[in-house]
Amino acid sequence: MSVMKITAADFEKEVLACDKPVLVDFYADWCGPCKMLAPVLAQIAEEHPEYKICKVNVDEESDLAAKFGVMSIPTLFVIKNGEITNHAMGAMPKARVLDLF
Amino acid sequence: MTKEIFDVLVIGGGPAGYTAALYAVRAGLSCLVLERMAAGGQMCETMHIDNYPGFTETIDGFTLGTAMQQGAERFGAKTVYDEVTAVKLDTPVKEITTAGGGYFAHTVIVATGATHRHLGLAREAELAGRGVGYCATCDGAFYRGKSVAVVGGGNSAVADALYLAGICEKVTLIHRRDTLRASRIHEAPLQNAKNIEIRYDSEVTALLGDGHLTGVTVRNKKTGETEDVALDGLFISIGRTPVTALFQDCLTLDASGYIVAGEDTVTSLSGIFAAGDVRTKPLRQIVTATADGAVAAEAAAAYLVGKQ
Repeated sequence: MSVMKITAADFEKEVLACDKPVLVDFYADWCGPCKMLAPVLAQIAEEHPEYKICKVNVDEESDLAAKFGVMSIPTLFVIKNGEITNHAMGAMPKARVLDLF
Repeated sequence: MTKEIFDVLVIGGGPAGYTAALYAVRAGLSCLVLERMAAGGQMCETMHIDNYPGFTETIDGFTLGTAMQQGAERFGAKTVYDEVTAVKLDTPVKEITTAGGGYFAHTVIVATGATHRHLGLAREAELAGRGVGYCATCDGAFYRGKSVAVVGGGNSAVADALYLAGICEKVTLIHRRDTLRASRIHEAPLQNAKNIEIRYDSEVTALLGDGHLTGVTVRNKKTGETEDVALDGLFISIGRTPVTALFQDCLTLDASGYIVAGEDTVTSLSGIFAAGDVRTKPLRQIVTATADGAVAAEAAAAYLVGKQ
């Protein structure tokens, strides 16, 4: 699996209605720590098929970012059965991302 | 199967770490870099690097960090992305434990760098990402047209204030001394920026707001007067703190936590060298970090020759 890019249009279907735990990364192309986190998330997506890893570009999806109260990037949310169960901000190593689930 | 013992193991893949790796592998030594996230280290938060020589155009820290990594790997340096959790450095063969495994080496170059210093105020962690930030270039865009403050008076703080002045309606720079420590190159842009107000001799004593920052309490150190200032965002840029928690029991650190080592990068333990921002030094810049990396690799090579 690779990291899936999500828009407001498919957020309901791909994230909220997903039967697997979902990690959503709110990021931007110009943000250094987001670039640092990207390979970590790509690795998790490859190694952990039991999770779904998604990303939301805050420049293209500013309404979605505002809805989630994102004021710092990267911000990660774990969503299980449509509910936010955990969140974290900033770049972090793989083990700490996995701890969020 | 016996486990490989690397000639040089570098902890931290910033400019010091990858320069050390480059010099080590070019000296014919085997070298592994352990990096917890991505090459570049603190540089990754800098969008415009204009004081590292050799570039005719500005370059961002992530690109420069990746180039340094590729430059070292071109000659055989290896990288493992893993976080170091424990070290055993006082034995002839050093043992480095990570979240995902363990590694052995004859010499270790510590290039773990530094991280943001916090104000140490109540609820600072709770409000982080909810109005309180440490990376203006990352989060500035969320404060478009709003009122923000920057705490600090050094180059990073002034660069942050100037960056935010282009996005935000108003920027207040709060500095505890009566003059800025920032370079003179920032003077003219700072004077020309109409929407930057500087509060000298001032410190933030409280963070206000419930669930989201709404302002700060500022105390004037000369008059003792306090005032609540309404803000949408606060960026803290008051310097760095070294990443040395792993080494506090085995290496000599100074009062601020930096690893005590001279220009030769030699630490209090034989075969262990400190390079870059993590070392006691007068100027912490990318160019002094890369210089340290080269010196540390040479010192490690000399140590290995002496041992034979």
